[in-house]
Amino acid sequence: MAQVTLSEITKVYPNGFTAVHPASFDIPDGEFVVLVGPSGCGKSTMLRMIAGLEDISQGDLNIGTRQVNNVDPADRDIAMVFQNYALYPHMSVRKNIGYGLKNRKIDKDEIDRKVREASTMLNLDDYLDRKPSQLSGGQRQRVAMGRAIVRDPALFLFDEPLSNLDAKLRTQMRIEIKALQRRLGVTAVYVTHDQVEAMTMADRIIVMNEGRIEQIGTPVDVYNTPETTFVASFMGAPPMNLMAGNIAGGKLRVGEEPIAYDNLPHSGDVTIGIRPEDIVPDERGDITIDVTLVEELGAHRLLHGTIAGQDISIHVDKDNMINTGALRVSLKPNAVSLFDAITGKRLT
Amino acid sequence: MKSEIKTYTRPQIKLLLIFDHGVLILGAAFMILPVLMLLQMTTMPDLFNMKTGPSLAIGDQLDDNFRKAMFEADGFSGANTGVRMLWNSMILGLGFAAGKIVLGMMAAYAIVYFRMRFATFAFWIIFTTLLLPLEVRILPSYEIVQHLGMLNTYQGLIIPLIASATATFFFRQYFRSIPEELIEAARIDGAGPFKFFVDILVPLSQTMIAAMFIIMFVYGWNQYLWPTMITTDEDMFTLVRGIKQITQSLEGTSLPEYGRANMLALVAILPPVLIVIFFQSWFVKGLTESDK
Repeated sequence: MAQVTLSEITKVYPNGFTAVHPASFDIPDGEFVVLVGPSGCGKSTMLRMIAGLEDISQGDLNIGTRQVNNVDPADRDIAMVFQNYALYPHMSVRKNIGYGLKNRKIDKDEIDRKVREASTMLNLDDYLDRKPSQLSGGQRQRVAMGRAIVRDPALFLFDEPLSNLDAKLRTQMRIEIKALQRRLGVTAVYVTHDQVEAMTMADRIIVMNEGRIEQIGTPVDVYNTPETTFVASFMGAPPMNLMAGNIAGGKLRVGEEPIAYDNLPHSGDVTIGIRPEDIVPDERGDITIDVTLVEELGAHRLLHGTIAGQDISIHVDKDNMINTGALRVSLKPNAVSLFDAITGKRLT
Repeated sequence: MKSEIKTYTRPQIKLLLIFDHGVLILGAAFMILPVLMLLQMTTMPDLFNMKTGPSLAIGDQLDDNFRKAMFEADGFSGANTGVRMLWNSMILGLGFAAGKIVLGMMAAYAIVYFRMRFATFAFWIIFTTLLLPLEVRILPSYEIVQHLGMLNTYQGLIIPLIASATATFFFRQYFRSIPEELIEAARIDGAGPFKFFVDILVPLSQTMIAAMFIIMFVYGWNQYLWPTMITTDEDMFTLVRGIKQITQSLEGTSLPEYGRANMLALVAILPPVLIVIFFQSWFVKGLTESDK
């Protein structure tokens, strides 16, 4: 259990490619942090640098009070869960879980006791003598978890641990992992490309893109007030509507269509972001949308259409039987996010 | 109403099957014929063999020839009995196979897992030794072994032969197929290079080791030139080398002991055959299984 501090951590590969631009953040003791971003954004590299599997090109990494830049992975007091579990195929579950302890010259009885403890916690008691090939995907995942928790590390690292599971199991394991981390109170860094996983599991989310940190914040912060257009479009399904707009005389317009949003300090071209669920069908609304397609999602319906020639989606209840055609809508208060049209950075 | 669909038996497919098996059986018979011929000749007196050669007659000399082959020596010292030669061959085969596997695995381990400056270059250097088999470098090899005083020793018989590009190559390919995460997990679990090799790599390579063992054992067992060169003491003779000695003694009034030599040849065939039969499934698994 420890606080983790990264300052100006950078990864430059020998061929000159910068995988992670200088990144700094703190993870307080016991926090569950999720690194999220599209593939190739540097999130895995970041995790592997924390684990010590990848050299840190520049910057300082502290786990607890110790600077661990050049400490061997085995001595960083971390445990890692891999995407394909990386269980040792020739060892039984018991040996898989206990292997790290055995290498640390811990007494046999002690290992046995700890393995039991972990297996009980993960409902693996009946499988201790099986080989990984005789287990289902979910059970293998649990063994990988067992291998991590049995060591009682200061820091858990998860590298997309759920992406090999089917959708239903994923939802279940998501909750289990989160609950386990809560119970043990161990600091955790979790890498995923799945924004739903990020939203549901994280105490804080770090959104990355092209080797840079786009935003750090709680799931609510990141969802409601995205700092950049990238975050706005990456987080949330369907993503935030992003439209080219213009501010003149304090009035915001999309094309010729005015958006009720007054007293703006900015002027000129902007990118307007509105979450699909913040748009409400309203007969007295001032905005007209031309709905061209309706997507039935069961619990709700998604209306796709255009406003002044630009694509927009609206999220409505399943009972709201709106069809294609012109639709008058209004916006919920504080629905609009404004971004710089060129840099994509948030304006307000 | 009964179904109109008839179940056809397809004669042409059956014919094909018979043909396939016919070819296979013929091939097998063709391969085993010389062995049967050997067996037949071991049952006949040497004089009969000398006069008529192979025949269809079955004689009563089998046990006599077996006794002579296994327990009698023909040299001056009386040390090169069949049993002794079988033992020597066994040591050569096992030592040869074990040496090649250990050395090949270690070389492959170094090449695949350690970031060395010239790893690829080193690998190709090792690989090119395939172009330099023992026969090409036999004189210098002999000289070195002689200088080391290893003539007529087991180590002299085995060590010069155990450097193996083939084993290195196979293990290299195999190690490269083992997922990176496994190595990383082991690193985090605190397994150093030695522990990783012993605890993880070696057990994972079981089937590969078995496959290599078969190939290398048979290869070592069948060595002829090198043992002939470096063993002059009769108690160091291997089977393959020793058989020759017996059929050569066509001088004076003595007949070449065909029956005895043939019996030795049969004995020499057996161990490789048994090993292949017993390790067959491992062999196939080792060379084809890739999902680890």
